Amino acid sequence: MTFDPEVVRKDFPILSRTVRNGAPLVYLDSGATSQKPRQVLDAVRDAYELHNAAAHRGTHLLGEEATDLYEGARTKVAAFIGASSPDEVVFVKNATEAINLVAYSMSNSSALGGPDRFRVLPGDEILITELEHHANLVPWQQLCERTGATLRWLGVTPDGRIDLSDLDSKITGRTKLVAIAHQSNVTGAVVDLAPVVAAAHAKGALVLADAAQSVPHQPVDVAALGVDFLVFSGHKMLGPYGVGVLYGRSELLAEMPPFLTGGSMIEVVRMEGTTFLPPPQRFEPGVPFIAEAAGLGAAVDYLSALGMANVAAHEELLTAAALDALGSIDGVRIVGPVTTEARGGAVSFEVEDVHPHDVGQVLDELGIAVRTGHHCAWPLHRAFGVQASTRASFYVYNTLAEVEALAEGIRHAQRFFN
Amino acid sequence: MQLESMYQEIILDHYRHPHHRGLRDPFDAEVHHVNPVCGDEVTLRVVLKTVPSGDKGAGQPVVEDVSYDSLGCSISQASASVLADLVIGKPVDEAMRINQAFLELMQSRGSIEPDEDVLEDAVAFAGVSKYPARVKCALLGWMAWKDATARALEAASSLNAASSLNAASSLNGAAHD
Repeated sequence: MTFDPEVVRKDFPILSRTVRNGAPLVYLDSGATSQKPRQVLDAVRDAYELHNAAAHRGTHLLGEEATDLYEGARTKVAAFIGASSPDEVVFVKNATEAINLVAYSMSNSSALGGPDRFRVLPGDEILITELEHHANLVPWQQLCERTGATLRWLGVTPDGRIDLSDLDSKITGRTKLVAIAHQSNVTGAVVDLAPVVAAAHAKGALVLADAAQSVPHQPVDVAALGVDFLVFSGHKMLGPYGVGVLYGRSELLAEMPPFLTGGSMIEVVRMEGTTFLPPPQRFEPGVPFIAEAAGLGAAVDYLSALGMANVAAHEELLTAAALDALGSIDGVRIVGPVTTEARGGAVSFEVEDVHPHDVGQVLDELGIAVRTGHHCAWPLHRAFGVQASTRASFYVYNTLAEVEALAEGIRHAQRFFN
Repeated sequence: MQLESMYQEIILDHYRHPHHRGLRDPFDAEVHHVNPVCGDEVTLRVVLKTVPSGDKGAGQPVVEDVSYDSLGCSISQASASVLADLVIGKPVDEAMRINQAFLELMQSRGSIEPDEDVLEDAVAFAGVSKYPARVKCALLGWMAWKDATARALEAASSLNAASSLNAASSLNGAAHD
């Protein structure tokens, strides 16, 4: 099919509203959270209006339908990312929770004498990068604090990519896990995971990819990437809040102790102790959130119908236009790669002598929504010597006219403050 | 455009030409405050003195100096400048009341008509109060001052308890060498 953002836009009710001063909404903050198409909203509503019941329990018809909705969504997600089985897809709240699940499962392994490859002991190492979102940084820092392990990290290059030049020395025989952003939420840089996976696996370390910014925007195939874990959030990929995914290779999930415990995830409970269900249920305590899962399933259907290659191509078009338009404004510096090569649609920038908050305020007056601040990547900004930045991020519903509006808005901010 | 209602000339003037800026020695207390949303930060120092005996308000603490260094947006920078202007030379009690009035103004979402007699240049921030995302920017320096002043008072009172304070002297440690 040919990709037409104007047709896509008709599916997003929010895009027809106006914002400050009656201006039409120019939403350039999809890196924070995406807007939701009617198809997703309908799926959430239908789940409540037609099929609401506690999945995986009870013998009534609604319970069966709720279970089918929930498990149907899991099957869709598994196919979407190339998992070999739906059982490799664990539903969690979001990417943050998925990362915490792995980190806490590892410390539970350490505390409870679990399998060796998940045990983290004093002197062991966790390798992350300076480019990470706080969600893929703080949980590992905390794991190291709990276990006495050492946190190490790869630096960033001047153009905003993960510096892989000293990968071989940073991954050691003590490295238990490498946690790395597939696509930066700030610079947009996409890392080639192949050498990371190869180096890690050669030393017996696991690899977790934070794909919160890649799964929504490009075709992602976990088998091709070869990663052990991959995490993402539903709300950044046209889905509802409150649902995200931990993908884990079957043999790993099978060995991992649970993180959150309670109902739904148990096999047998006695006062003296409990055994747990196999994955993915082992990691999904409590009544399943069928509406959120159904919404995510609908988002996957929507993106699949558009075609992820088309989505990526459209974003590349917008990103090229933005890099070109912003790059030609005096006093604007792009924080990140300045070409679209191995790069997604998050374009962060500095405007000389105008603070990002002030840039964002002027843009907001024009109806243009962007992100300002450190975008939950404070160490990355520090590495660049940048206190904060302004970020425009693109998605399926954005247009070239909106990129031009952004450039004009930035020029307006410069005139206002200088 | 309503930008001018937020970015009043007074605010832009203070932003471009901040008053009392820079960190000065000696000082009674120093704090470092950060806005975790955007990473804006301010380091702020206060010097208090006590009114000499015989003068009106004898024994009361007065704000002798506020010095600061900040990284941040126009609103946070201008706000620190206006704060320093307003509280330097004022009794701490009165400065705290001004601080409270400013806090109430900023939390009002535009519903309060500010009292220019109390807030002077700070009335210009009334427009900012309509933008909840920016209220923290405006309050950054003010909250830092309040914190620093509380610490200076606490330090002074523990000092007071240890040895009777010379009412005419500055409260800063250097003056007690």
